[in-house]
Amino acid sequence: MNEATLEIPYEIPEDARNPVEPFLRMDRMPHIWCPACGIGTTVNCFTRALIESKANLDKVAIVSGIGCTGRVAGYAQLDSFHTTHGRAIPFATGLKLANPELQVVVYSGDGDLFAIGGNHFIHAARRNMDLKVICVNNMIYAMTGGQTAPTTPVTAVSSTAPYGVSEPTFNLVALAEAAGASYVARWTTYHVKQLARSMQEILSRKGFCFIEVLSPCPTLYQRRNKMGDGLDAMKDYKAKSKIRNGAPTTECELSKEGEIVVGKFVDRERPDYLEVLKAQLHQSLGERYIEPEVSCCSEC
Amino acid sequence: MHADPRGVLTGVHFLDGDHACCEGTLAAGARFAAGYPITPSTEVVERFASRIPTVGGLFIQMEDELAASITLQGAVWGGAKAFTVTSGPGFSLMMEHIGYAAMTETPCVFVNVQRGGPSTGLPTLPAQADMMQARWGSHGDYGIIALCPNSPQECFDLTITGFNLSEEFRVPVMMMLDECVGHMTEKVVIPPAEQIEVTPRRLATKPPGEFRLFEPGENQVPEMLRAGDGYRFHVTGLTHDERGYPSMNVETQDKLVRRLLDKLKPFENGRALCETEGLEDAEVVVVSYGITSRVAQRALQMAREQGVRAGKFRIISAWPFPVQRIAELAGRVKAFVVPELNMGQMVHEVERAAAGKAKVVHVPHAGGTVHNPDVILKAIVEAAR
Repeated sequence: MNEATLEIPYEIPEDARNPVEPFLRMDRMPHIWCPACGIGTTVNCFTRALIESKANLDKVAIVSGIGCTGRVAGYAQLDSFHTTHGRAIPFATGLKLANPELQVVVYSGDGDLFAIGGNHFIHAARRNMDLKVICVNNMIYAMTGGQTAPTTPVTAVSSTAPYGVSEPTFNLVALAEAAGASYVARWTTYHVKQLARSMQEILSRKGFCFIEVLSPCPTLYQRRNKMGDGLDAMKDYKAKSKIRNGAPTTECELSKEGEIVVGKFVDRERPDYLEVLKAQLHQSLGERYIEPEVSCCSEC
Repeated sequence: MHADPRGVLTGVHFLDGDHACCEGTLAAGARFAAGYPITPSTEVVERFASRIPTVGGLFIQMEDELAASITLQGAVWGGAKAFTVTSGPGFSLMMEHIGYAAMTETPCVFVNVQRGGPSTGLPTLPAQADMMQARWGSHGDYGIIALCPNSPQECFDLTITGFNLSEEFRVPVMMMLDECVGHMTEKVVIPPAEQIEVTPRRLATKPPGEFRLFEPGENQVPEMLRAGDGYRFHVTGLTHDERGYPSMNVETQDKLVRRLLDKLKPFENGRALCETEGLEDAEVVVVSYGITSRVAQRALQMAREQGVRAGKFRIISAWPFPVQRIAELAGRVKAFVVPELNMGQMVHEVERAAAGKAKVVHVPHAGGTVHNPDVILKAIVEAAR
């Protein structure tokens, strides 16, 4: 994305301090995120992606679960839903199916999407539901004080694993690919340009798209693991990340100290849920089939 | 407004309660269902899955009940009238989202065809033991509406009523069938669409910028929105102010929770649904609902034959409980007899409403089958002494 040629199709208030303000509920600022937390950076990338994609913001809805990243929906100046823990994806599924003209973005954290919500993630990917899922992975349950998540690296210390995590770490990108996602990428909050570009890319893709963003949690994860502050996290991401577009996702496991493979791993065309369903029903029912007009409000 | 004729299967049918309930959802305007099939409720979604592609809607079978019960709410905020169907074990899993629907004031319908519990219990056999769960199952204070049909015809009629009430009060409505009513096959008359009244969603009348999604309107019920219409609104399960923004303070909590309960007061007091018979001279009143009301009918008939002045009070809207109606009766009858297919649930409500003014006799049954009418008769006769 070239800032010099960035065209902003939205009206930016004269007193705005930042071009992303029209995308945020400024009446809800300041936000709750800690200094040096990466979630705000991802939101900034997301607003850049919306600007670049020239999306009609009235037709973009954002759905979050519970947790630090779960609060993103509450700050986005869009139709926004803060749902229950782990259930952002099934809520988004209903929203999308009832109103397919909406671009539905699920924005949530690693614990929400992959522990309590893991089952919904794999089934939405299997169905190739037309959802854009952005997972901010801070490797911990941060909102509640830094408990172990399925993404907390082995040997890392958390409040519920004071002697180090012993369970294997979930490889989210491999899971997403195996379950059937159409698009899979991973970036860190150091890679702001690439992340914004990836986000913009999924806004134009059909089907289940997934971006994992590694994001620092200096307050809980880094402090407990003696990994320094937010700046140290950026240096760490810079030193350890390796861009390998198209890398086999099974080789992209994350660990406490090891290499961070980033890039776009999967970008494949698969008909999405509604396309397949409609085609099949057309074939089975012929002229008797009536395409869904689910919204009751079109007539009333 | 009248029902959309595409969903109305006008005519005289021979249907079981589950199928009749499905026809009720279609007549009411439901064009979206999310389900995780479970005995003995499966037939509702099976029929919906078969019917809906020719009506112009969608059915999606979700990965579990947690998903089904929130997917339908996503669909509601996308503009649909939507429902899900389940039985005991699935109902337990749905509690989280019954709370979410109550908190976010999402109009929707949960159909529970009750079977024996606890846990997996008796998958294919009847019970009425989820009545308290329907009212209190999710955490926190909130109100819901629950309706108890006792025939396939009522499964059709009351399902429409249920959808209409959910729109009027912006609450989740529970259709509390039981396995017997769900699987009982009888005549069901489906009227022409123009004779079916359907409550449309009350959408915002004010433009974006002026409209507040949780500002109580008339009768304390706010107007609704649909995603994609340019309002850029926010919905959260957190305690929220009238804009829908989270607000973690005591005043907001007090105002919101009181309104969630108070908005159902008009229904509780004036519009409770019930069926009565022989109350004019009754000394004993049998209070029952669902399949048990049909067994009780036989017991009432036998009691009258024996010269006992027995009357019928059939609860149709179980929640909010018709306190006022029972309290009025308590002042002039000797006793209430309360048979139900559980070990004591709605009887506590009858006791609360009777407030010691009349004796309350419980006739419990652990479920698996229905009462023997003789057992109810014995209770009536003893109560009349």
